[in-house]
Amino acid sequence: MTVMVAGRAVRRGISAGRVGAVVNRNVGALRSGPAYWLVLLSGFFEPLLYLLSIGVGVGALVGMVPVGGRMVDYAVFVAPAMLAVSAMSGALAETTFNVFWKFKYAKTYDAVLATPVRPVEIALGELTWALVRCLFYTVMFLVVMVVLGLTSAGGALAAFPATALVGVAFGATGMAISTFLRGWQDFDLLTTGQFTLFLFSGTFSPVQDYPVVFEVIVTLTPLYHAVELVRGLAVGPLGWTLLVHAAYLVVMAVCGLWVASRRIEKLLLV
Amino acid sequence: MAEEPLIYARGLVKRFGEFTAVDGIDVAVERGEAFGFLGPNGAGKSSTMRMISCVSAPTAGELRILGMDPVRDGVAIRGRLGVCPQLDNLDADLSVFENLTTYARYFGLSRAEARRRAGELLEFVQLADRSAGKVEPLSGGMKRRLTIARAMVNDPEIMLLDEPTTGLDPQARHLLWERLYQLKQRGVTLVLTTHYMDEAEQLCDRLVVMDGGRIVAEGSPRELISRYSTPEVVELRFADGVDVAAKLDGVGERVDPLPDRLLVYARDGDAAVAEVHRRGLAPSSVLVRRSTLEDVFLHLTGRTLVE
Amino acid sequence: MASTAVMSTVAVLERHLTLYRRLFWASALSSFVLPVLFLVSIGLGVGGYVGDLDGVSYLQWIVPGVMASTAFQMALGETTFPVLGDFKWTRGYHAMRATPVRIGDMIAGQVLFLMVRVLPQTVVFLLVVLLFGGLRSWWSVVTPLVCAAVVVASALPVMGYAARIDNDGYFALLFRFVMIPMTLFAGVFFPVAQMPVAAQVVAWVSPLWHGVELCRAATLGVAPPWPIWAHVLCLLAWSAGGAWFAMRGFARRLAV
Repeated sequence: MTVMVAGRAVRRGISAGRVGAVVNRNVGALRSGPAYWLVLLSGFFEPLLYLLSIGVGVGALVGMVPVGGRMVDYAVFVAPAMLAVSAMSGALAETTFNVFWKFKYAKTYDAVLATPVRPVEIALGELTWALVRCLFYTVMFLVVMVVLGLTSAGGALAAFPATALVGVAFGATGMAISTFLRGWQDFDLLTTGQFTLFLFSGTFSPVQDYPVVFEVIVTLTPLYHAVELVRGLAVGPLGWTLLVHAAYLVVMAVCGLWVASRRIEKLLLV
Repeated sequence: MAEEPLIYARGLVKRFGEFTAVDGIDVAVERGEAFGFLGPNGAGKSSTMRMISCVSAPTAGELRILGMDPVRDGVAIRGRLGVCPQLDNLDADLSVFENLTTYARYFGLSRAEARRRAGELLEFVQLADRSAGKVEPLSGGMKRRLTIARAMVNDPEIMLLDEPTTGLDPQARHLLWERLYQLKQRGVTLVLTTHYMDEAEQLCDRLVVMDGGRIVAEGSPRELISRYSTPEVVELRFADGVDVAAKLDGVGERVDPLPDRLLVYARDGDAAVAEVHRRGLAPSSVLVRRSTLEDVFLHLTGRTLVE
Repeated sequence: MASTAVMSTVAVLERHLTLYRRLFWASALSSFVLPVLFLVSIGLGVGGYVGDLDGVSYLQWIVPGVMASTAFQMALGETTFPVLGDFKWTRGYHAMRATPVRIGDMIAGQVLFLMVRVLPQTVVFLLVVLLFGGLRSWWSVVTPLVCAAVVVASALPVMGYAARIDNDGYFALLFRFVMIPMTLFAGVFFPVAQMPVAAQVVAWVSPLWHGVELCRAATLGVAPPWPIWAHVLCLLAWSAGGAWFAMRGFARRLAV
């Protein structure tokens, strides 16, 4: 949820029209400004605040919820979901927003492709940086979860590689999507989609509570699998179904990467 | 009784903290004139323009615009000014036409009147075919013309133009000058800043040369040239670094050595060239030209104007 | 003189409306659809586990909170990047400054535009939650006004902030350290009384909390935690202080 509410406001502002050179300066300023590191760091507080508000605050009203047949504190239920969302948002922010910017305005890739670097390598390079940022957030979040007693140290260690997989899957898909975006106004759609996933992926209440049709739809969407995988590893129960969730994310990562490099090639080598 | 000048400044000062941008200038601009502030960057032209356009209060001195006090009557004065700023501030997300109608509403024009004016003005600046289009794809010259059209939307008595053609290509500049000349013909008072000599000579009836926040000369372009220069100037270049300046003593009325060339100010350029050759000097290049404001500025400040 | 001010303010409003017309569909999602989705996920989904709160269902309890916080977020979204942009990138305020439009008119026109945004947004939300059975009192009809007050009380200080910064990175700090904490801890999702006293004091200071409580009192038909005049006074104080802060910020930035 690194973006979510704030992201909406940010994107609203940007789509409110600073195109071209303006956006160029806009993003450039964001990246080089005095506040950049503070901003990067503050990205960590956001999921923490959500955890405190929804997990602890609303959790006090909720009491216990069922996870895999046993009852746990609501905060225990919500925390892994926030972790998965945090991995998703971190990766998406880096790959959609920044890749789009480099594509459209900075023309970074034109210069890179004049060298022996291949499109798929560009895609992998971007993905690596996105993953670094994503893991930076998830590690800190896992530490907080352990400190607050929302998972065990073992659970945290098990969940950590899962967040990396979530980051790669969403990062690759985000990159593929960013090659289709027409302008900043499309970011509104993207953010809306992201926010909808955030709300309905078994994040705040178990998907079994949703109406059946709704539940089936949700099980097809990516964040659901990310949440289930991370929650299974951090809180339990462990089971073969976790492999299904992981496989979904692997397929998503491979497809995303394939589409992204094909598109980059097509857009740049014409 | 003569009409009060449209713009009248006496001992006008603008300070920003310790820095004095405008250091006690006297200016009077009459109705129907085209008046120029000429000078290099940092001479205080833009600060003066901002005071005249009533967005920046003078630190000291007297300033009256259209017979009113710019601090107290800013709103009333601005309603009768047209301002074309140095940096374009068009609304990139509005269409060309909407840029004009939106701006017209700031002056209290009715919606119908705003639309009518916008249509007329787009014809005037030759942008009628771009009316429904966005601002973003317009060229620099088109944007500047649109900004000028926008500044005219309230049918201003005084048009303030800050560096109107900076950054434009020669063709765009000439088109713009032609439009501004037409404006002047309609009786609009033009006040402009520029650091281009040719622009000042083309457009201004009268101008002041500013340097370091002060006015160093005032007059019409021809007056300034005849007062501070000679009708013709000979530019001489010599192949080697030999100091020929001493050998030119007495040629023309004055000799100005520059790093890359020598300027000989003369009433008759050809005669001066003949004299140079008679003295046995062999310049690698010779150019005889009419004197310009550039020479005036060089003479007044010892520096060239365009860096 | 007064009529000039009205004319100028309306002209500024029209400019924002002209700009907004192009962005309406993009913003319709976040204005009208997302709040409802939010309500479904948290209100219905989580609400199923909460049971009753203050004698009403959890859905009914958070309806006013979501309503006020949506207005609050819209206000911040519209007064951060757009305001900085009009100083820095499009220089729209500089363009206005060269006309009879005064600084007060610029700010008033923009706030008026926010009213045009918040009122339909809140009314549509009210109609939707009415279908969900989220309202319990006829007093609900005053909530659009309360949301408008929240918008004024939060937009004006933020305009002042936007007028004073030069790097938009500072907005991320505003969002993360002010907007999100306020949205999460100002009684939108759970009663502030649950929090430690120090955190409660912070909530009491925020304009959003007063808006949330007034909206909640209206939709549930109960008395707010403080006397109504006290809540209103806090919102007025933010508005007045914000107006002063914004006027000063704009004047300074446009004077140079």
